[in-house]
Amino acid sequence: MLETFIGKLSNPHEVFPYLYEPLSQQLIILSMFVFIVIGGIVVVGGLTYFKKWGYLWHEWIISVDHKRIAVMYFVVAFVMLFRGFVDAAMMRTQQALASGDSTGYLIPQHFDQIFTAHGVIMIFFVAMPLMFALFNIAVPLQIGARDVAFPFLNSLSFWLFVTGVILVNMSLLIGDFAHAGWLAYPPFSELEYSPTVGTDYYIWGLQISGLGSLLSGINFFVTIIKMRCPGMTLMKMPIFTWTVLCSCVLIMAAFPVLTVDLALLALDRYMDMHFFTTGFGGDQMLYVNLIWMWGHPEVYILVLPAFGVYSEIVATFSKKPLFGYTTMVWATVAITILSFLVWLHHFFTMGSGADVNAFFGIMTMIISIPTGVKLFNWIFTMYRGRITFTSPMYWMMGFFVTFTIGGMTGVMLSVPGIDFQAHNSTFLIAHFHNVIIGGVVFGYFAGFTYWFPKMFGFTLNERLGKCAFWCWIIGFFVAFMPLYILGAMGMTRRLYHYDASTGFQPYLIVAAIGASIIALGVFFQVLQLVVSIKNREKYRDLTGDPWNGRTLEWATSSPPAFYNFAHDPEVNCIDAFWYDKQKGLDVDNKPKIRTEPYQDIHMPRDTAMGFIISIFVLILGFAMVWHIWWLAIVGVVCTIGSLIIRAFNYDIDYYVKASTVEAIETQHLQEMAGVKR
Amino acid sequence: MSATPVMNDHHHTHHFDGSKNVFGFWIYIMTDCILFATLFVVYAVLHTHTYGGPHGKELFSLPFVLTETMILLTSSFTYGLAMLSRTIGNKNIVIGWLWLTFFLGVSFLSMEIYEFHNMVVEGHTWATSAFLSAFFTLVSTHGLHVSMGLIWMLTMIFQINKHGITPVTKTKLTCLGLFWHFLDIVWIFVFSVVYLMGAI
Repeated sequence: MLETFIGKLSNPHEVFPYLYEPLSQQLIILSMFVFIVIGGIVVVGGLTYFKKWGYLWHEWIISVDHKRIAVMYFVVAFVMLFRGFVDAAMMRTQQALASGDSTGYLIPQHFDQIFTAHGVIMIFFVAMPLMFALFNIAVPLQIGARDVAFPFLNSLSFWLFVTGVILVNMSLLIGDFAHAGWLAYPPFSELEYSPTVGTDYYIWGLQISGLGSLLSGINFFVTIIKMRCPGMTLMKMPIFTWTVLCSCVLIMAAFPVLTVDLALLALDRYMDMHFFTTGFGGDQMLYVNLIWMWGHPEVYILVLPAFGVYSEIVATFSKKPLFGYTTMVWATVAITILSFLVWLHHFFTMGSGADVNAFFGIMTMIISIPTGVKLFNWIFTMYRGRITFTSPMYWMMGFFVTFTIGGMTGVMLSVPGIDFQAHNSTFLIAHFHNVIIGGVVFGYFAGFTYWFPKMFGFTLNERLGKCAFWCWIIGFFVAFMPLYILGAMGMTRRLYHYDASTGFQPYLIVAAIGASIIALGVFFQVLQLVVSIKNREKYRDLTGDPWNGRTLEWATSSPPAFYNFAHDPEVNCIDAFWYDKQKGLDVDNKPKIRTEPYQDIHMPRDTAMGFIISIFVLILGFAMVWHIWWLAIVGVVCTIGSLIIRAFNYDIDYYVKASTVEAIETQHLQEMAGVKR
Repeated sequence: MSATPVMNDHHHTHHFDGSKNVFGFWIYIMTDCILFATLFVVYAVLHTHTYGGPHGKELFSLPFVLTETMILLTSSFTYGLAMLSRTIGNKNIVIGWLWLTFFLGVSFLSMEIYEFHNMVVEGHTWATSAFLSAFFTLVSTHGLHVSMGLIWMLTMIFQINKHGITPVTKTKLTCLGLFWHFLDIVWIFVFSVVYLMGAI
């Protein structure tokens, strides 16, 4: 009876599994509880004490402004980065300890959940939102648009992503999380072997945030195709926008496959279907094929925008146009296409035969050619440039070295014969961290530092940024080089415990030390934020162009007015803003002051609908995880109902009066003039 | 908002850029296309995995499905007539064609549900074999899309009744039309790949 009303919540073993675990595990869970509760009290208390709830609601939650949404993506992504990092630290500690007689401090089922959560969180809830944050802050400004094509959809995407974050983190408090690895391979992730709610949290968390990603992909694709300012033809777009365009194509082509694959797994678990079960004709390798048909493009979804960031940074800080713009564009397009032709290299051991393996091996090697083109382009951009060694440049040069090494080991793994040996070993782990940390993470950190003044109007402390960089790169090599060696020694990934005679322990201790050096880097990053915010007046940038930039986002104030540009910009070449500055001969790099009268500006209205719909979707997701069917129906009905209400709302935009624009612009000009004095 | 509503109206019609919405909706349909393509791949891989259960040959009745198909194709035609009658400017004619399309859609859906019901009653459920899992999932994903299209069509009928034929409702009708015809194309593939090839 009770089960009809509250589903699996009626089973205490399911809801509070840790109550039935050893004391040591309960203490870990308890400390996490205390951490979350204190954090919650600080946030809620702070908002109440400073009376900021209204501000939070009106200025942020219901905002459809792409610049606000970017900031919110960053905030959530950094919180999740912290969680994902804690997971990593726990794994490193466990493996450093669990040799021979010692079994470490975690029980196997916790260790399994931790490595699963680490992968899921780092890819879906750190890398993806950091990427969308960069999309949001840079793309509309770079193409001279007032917002994205569908601002409401942008807000909805963000809140759907947050819904996924909430579902995945809810598993810390009630129930457990998936233990089948970050891609949840069946049959292990099937009901028979994973009967708890963990895998369902995984499925619904990813499904919902994945929907948000897909909508964002469509949104930015349309934005770039349809909303570029006059004169900006495709081959005059900033290179970051190009990489975003390609990344969006990949999102649109790849995410539906993930949606289907996860849906089929869900149908197996919920409806007793047999897509991937061991009996009744199910085929596990079908799942594996499909998940990597999404999964391999996913890596390029993440890394292409990072390549774009590097391209912007290297041109800006070398004070030179990007070397080989056209080859850069075509290299990006080539990678976009090739990324769909390599998925099988993730499971050469499937046994698809020498011909198939050879094809995918060769395709994988070929993909390193356009990537190499890019690397040379960046190096040649720096050649004879007047380089300023800012922290974004540090991240970039760290990327050169790290990513190249990661790429080399990737080419090694692309040889099927070697892959048969290294498959599922820590060699592979070292390889993909080598490219993801060296390529994606460094790139996003560089982009964050680079566009931070655009978001907030002041730059970040450079010295601490460089400290963070050195800790990250040294920590990275100390943490992951031993994993290459361990992989060659035969250590498999996801190992909970090993025999002392294997000789793994010394290397794993070194790796754990590396992780703590990275932790120091994270500490410096937090410190950098704190110090910079505290001294924001000192780092204030009123010109809107702190780096002497080349692209349109630097042509407006920082943070830009909500309408971005008082006048629609117009360009006639790549880096038009740079040449305008040269011609304007304004020593302060002041944006050229236009004299024509201001006009009414057409803007979208803020709406709470994205937030509200996501709440209903959260209810749906929660109800599905816990098998509360009536609540799931309520969730579906309310979601569709609120979408219909939104469809009936025809008052979704308005005009900003020219006088308002004039007042805002005049105030900004006065502030700039104040600096000059 | 403004003291000169006429002026504002002018702005509105001038600035309403329906092409962005239609283009965006095209792109969405392309992603949906990939979703269906993936389901077709799954069906293609699993259609022989009957695990001792029935094959398509024993389950499908071609005349029944052909009727279903004709109803859906006709609904696409009547939707086209609704689109054409937008230019006449009489909203009642548009609404009339939309209602007809709606009822054809409901008939299609009812037949599909009837077919599923019969199979389940005979004991051939989605839990019988991987083949039937793939069959039910592919066909009902299409059915789910049709249901969403029907809900959307209802809201369009009410919106046109309320607002008349404006640039905004016209654009929305265009998007719904893309969706409806797209579902028709997908169904042609379902009919060919699942039913025709299954029945031979």
